[in-house]
Amino acid sequence: MRYVTTRRGLIAALGGLLTLIPLLAFADQATPKLDSGDTAWMITATALVLFMTVPGLSLFYGGMVRSKNVLSVLMQCFAITSMVSILWAVYGYALAFTDGGSFQSWIGGVGKVFMKGVGVNAVSGTIPETVFMTFQMTFAIITPALIVGAFAERMKFSALMWFMGLWLSVVYVPIAHWVWGGGWLGSLGVLDFAGGTVVHINAGVAGLIAALVLGKRNGYPTTAMPPHNLTLTVMGAGMLWVGWFGFNAGSELKADGVAGMAQAVTQIATAAAALGWMFSEWIAHGKPSVLGIASGAVAGLVAITPASGTAGPMGAIAIGVAAGVLCFLAAAKLKPMLGYDDSLDVFGVHAIGGIVGAMLTGVFADAALGGIGLEQGVTMGQQVVKQLIGVASTFAYTAVMSLIILKILDWTIGLRVADDQETEGLDLALHDERGYIL
Amino acid sequence: MKLITAVIKPFKLDDVREALADIGVSGITVIEVKGFGRQKGHTELYRGAEYVVDFLPKIKVEIAVDDALVEKVIEAISGASRTGKIGDGKIFVFDLQQVIRIRTGETGPDAL
Repeated sequence: MRYVTTRRGLIAALGGLLTLIPLLAFADQATPKLDSGDTAWMITATALVLFMTVPGLSLFYGGMVRSKNVLSVLMQCFAITSMVSILWAVYGYALAFTDGGSFQSWIGGVGKVFMKGVGVNAVSGTIPETVFMTFQMTFAIITPALIVGAFAERMKFSALMWFMGLWLSVVYVPIAHWVWGGGWLGSLGVLDFAGGTVVHINAGVAGLIAALVLGKRNGYPTTAMPPHNLTLTVMGAGMLWVGWFGFNAGSELKADGVAGMAQAVTQIATAAAALGWMFSEWIAHGKPSVLGIASGAVAGLVAITPASGTAGPMGAIAIGVAAGVLCFLAAAKLKPMLGYDDSLDVFGVHAIGGIVGAMLTGVFADAALGGIGLEQGVTMGQQVVKQLIGVASTFAYTAVMSLIILKILDWTIGLRVADDQETEGLDLALHDERGYIL
Repeated sequence: MKLITAVIKPFKLDDVREALADIGVSGITVIEVKGFGRQKGHTELYRGAEYVVDFLPKIKVEIAVDDALVEKVIEAISGASRTGKIGDGKIFVFDLQQVIRIRTGETGPDAL
């Protein structure tokens, strides 16, 4: 080996070394670095979103059904949480969030099936990939759980498990991929920060289809079926509100200004929507109700979801008021008018709220209206059209696929419980348990 | 012996109990019931779905008394439970054939 011994050689060598310094910067960009602040936040956000399902949504829905069916709702939410966790880890995450090669517009790939390659040291952005995977898992859990409200008090548990497993696989996973996983809607520039389309319109429309396919509860609407325990419902609504900070602010995947703004607009829009529903009901019926204000809050949470990464605080007020008023009309006026038995207003709150939010996301992203600013060269009108495409495609796909899955299950194992089981109550009929032994 | 049954408004129970104790009646059975006579129910509203609730909560009290006390008991119950508004309730008087104290085996008026 020949060493550099001459003076000219040394200077040349030093010069050569100096040229390597800029590469150090590129090295940082090429290998993403774990940020402990981001990671701590995202681990927390994941817990908050799971909190939204068990116990949040479980109590919200549980209190709204008749006492003989309270356990059935809790059971459905808990069972969905458990089943989806496994399916997501085994194949859902891979198909939603990896590169599908030539099918990338529509679905992901199978490289990470069985969590292959997603080990202790795997990184996604600035957080561990396991955290990203589990965070997304909690979204995959709550979306099917939302649908439960539409067919409450009359669905067979076995049919429910089959429906949710299939629905997760062929409806949720593809739509999540379309919007967040590198698919066609995300590429088109549709803005959906935390899941207005993927979660809410998706679940809301599936709920409507399920309510129509299963049919009305026996005795609806002439038999009184008031909520058996609104204290549970309001507790659940509060848990949803708090947990939603994980849902929206967590969707930034970082602990930064966007996450902070997401939290702020979430709070503001929810409050505006709660008041919107409350005042609408006060005007329409003469008294404000606690079920109304709690439902309004949830409607606001739904509507701000897609806009939470782009809207500003004043835009949040507008989105909230719109959601509160329109979802009130959908639940309290449209539903009785059209006569379908969407028992817990999954369509009225999540689909309508989701559509209102998704469309207004396009409007309030504009910097002129306090938003973060539209994409370069895209006008508000153009963004609204993109939003419409996102809304319409989600609506159509979930409606058709949900219908197919439900019909297949109805023909094979049957969807609905027998009349005497429905009368006795699902808790005793399907689970041999009573919610209250007083 | 007579069995006196009274259906009264729930918030009047304490007043009735006191009035009965004042005239020397110490035993009473209380049952929670639902019903209506001429009193109208109320409406409840849940997300636009309105329900009329006809059945109102009431309290039924049962007292077994000696014939001599019947008039005084009726007066005590009426006075204590009356509000003057519709829904105050009713008192029923039944003939009581036999009474047995379980602990001692006493029967008849001795068991009251």
